[in-house]
Amino acid sequence: MPALAIRAFTATTALGRGNAAQAAALRERRGGLRRNDFGPTPLPTWIGRVDGVEDAPLPSALSRWECRNNRLAWLALQQDGVLTALDTMVAKYGADRVALVVGTSTSSIGASEEAYARADADADGVRDFPDDLARPIVHTPHSLGDFLQHATGLRGPCITVATACSSSAKVFAQASRMIGAGLVDAALVGGVDTLCGSVLFGFNALGLVSTERCRPFDATRDGLSLGEAGGFAVLERAAAGDAGLQLRGYGESSDAHHMSAPHPEGLGATLAMRDALDRAGIESADVGYLNLHGTSTPANDSVEARAVDALFPAMLHASSTKGWTGHTLGAAGIVESVFALLALENGLLPGILDSTVRDPACGPQIRFDNAQADIRFAMNNSFGFGGNNCSLVFGKVAA
Amino acid sequence: MNALTATIAGIGFWTDGLPDWDAARAFARDGTRPDNAPARPSPQLLAPNERRRAPGSVAVALEVAMAACRDAGIAPETLPSVFASTHGDLGITDYMCDTLSTDPTAISPTKFHNSVHNAAAGYWTIGAHCTEATTALSAYDATFAQGLLEAMMQLATGTPAVLLVAYDTASAGLLGTVTHSEGLLGAALVLVRDGDGPRISASLRDGADLESPGPLGTHAERNAMAQMLPLFDALATGGSRAVLRAGPHRSLSLEIADAQSQAEPAHG
Repeated sequence: MPALAIRAFTATTALGRGNAAQAAALRERRGGLRRNDFGPTPLPTWIGRVDGVEDAPLPSALSRWECRNNRLAWLALQQDGVLTALDTMVAKYGADRVALVVGTSTSSIGASEEAYARADADADGVRDFPDDLARPIVHTPHSLGDFLQHATGLRGPCITVATACSSSAKVFAQASRMIGAGLVDAALVGGVDTLCGSVLFGFNALGLVSTERCRPFDATRDGLSLGEAGGFAVLERAAAGDAGLQLRGYGESSDAHHMSAPHPEGLGATLAMRDALDRAGIESADVGYLNLHGTSTPANDSVEARAVDALFPAMLHASSTKGWTGHTLGAAGIVESVFALLALENGLLPGILDSTVRDPACGPQIRFDNAQADIRFAMNNSFGFGGNNCSLVFGKVAA
Repeated sequence: MNALTATIAGIGFWTDGLPDWDAARAFARDGTRPDNAPARPSPQLLAPNERRRAPGSVAVALEVAMAACRDAGIAPETLPSVFASTHGDLGITDYMCDTLSTDPTAISPTKFHNSVHNAAAGYWTIGAHCTEATTALSAYDATFAQGLLEAMMQLATGTPAVLLVAYDTASAGLLGTVTHSEGLLGAALVLVRDGDGPRISASLRDGADLESPGPLGTHAERNAMAQMLPLFDALATGGSRAVLRAGPHRSLSLEIADAQSQAEPAHG
């Protein structure tokens, strides 16, 4: 595929707002998880909660989209020059020629949950939505995309991708196709997911939530820690001689196996990683850092480690950063793409936080400690429910 | 913008009272309704016990996806796919919110994993043994147009054939007081770069003026996926164009060539 230049990128997570906060926490091995204090009846688990969302209402012109998820989207959008880069794209190509493709798993269902919790029955016993939440746009998956479209004024194609935990990785692939096909010249991609009852109690029902901080690839790992996050990237067709960070390849596949368990041999994961390498036109030995999906559930990590070991040489530095942020679900793709881009930019290859005992299932690629290296290519894996897989390859072109 | 084009190699359709594309076409032409239309799709891709338990969204999506592949004569496991749904499964969303407000620890694990927007896409790839890429997306009342664009984008960037599936379910419970959708409606297209069938070319335009709904649009107007029916009315009646809502103040204009011959009853 033709390389796409990354003109701006950003993440806001439990580690703080923007890239500097992410990079500092990764470098200092300072995690963002806290004991669960979300909602009226918190489960005994740890979460990656973004501070201050409750105190950051949307500007009044955007109050129609008010909810936790769109607030986090708005916070994340203000960081690291994303809006300035978008202004440049709009000035260059026109708002019609800039697409908006964002991923989420639950969008603003937290607002729907709140409406049910606060619904009062009238004199006839009929329950009604609270007036302040009777806004249909915050009770549908496209709440995120629609909010961002109105917040940015972009007029190109506008789509919310919802393939569970691969959502905001797949947006890069979709934007790449749009630019490649000539439908648009640039795109705002990203994703946002916020903590809500559905995911906390849903993953708990599946027995996938740890009562401790998650420990990806640790022999004693027993489940995930959930988190919330938002992030964005601005993509444009790379010009000849362009230097800087680029999207170089993507690979998408399906496990064709089970709704909530990975394929035991990592079939879909392998297909996605191979496809991404092929599309980038590189060998597996060219990849300097791989951000793993690495959820810290017993099944996911061993399957992914095996697939990585079969495809990559021992020298690869691969890690899961979910110990820092929690599993941010539909936002994991963009957050961990940002971590891969930071690794390309500053040479910081994160290890794994809080994991100490290596699982024998891990190959030599799985690294617990941070490292520093100048690398040319980085990969990010994002795998979701339904056996939905996406791998991305990012590259760096020296000036 | 480069012209975006695709050939429709196969069509699947299901809605209350019109359980397949032949029935929908006959209804669109002369108002005929089939006797004894089933109350619920019964996708043969699923094992019998799964078929009974499948949520309405999954049942209708798999039914029309299978029908479109059969119509196209293309093996389902070879096709990448795009699943487009405005709201996903509204009954499951109501269940999740209702249970969370009463006894959150009672959430059913199966209902939870069926609550993801890509549940139908997941069941499709599992049932069809398909390891090709699939996606699930929404764009409110522009969901079908944006899903069609993504499918055409895949063709434009090298994929020879792609399956597009669109569906919405009936709203339920408290959520149904703000989000309105009735009945089950689903349709699927197998789109190919080259081959026989109606040829569509698409372009994004300013403006959101839609024509008045045709027979299928009127029949299923209360379902959230009625937004796709201008195309299916045109395909059923041999029309040469359709305009779909593509977002605030934007529309997707579709020109349809050779639709007349394809709309003959002998097709298929």
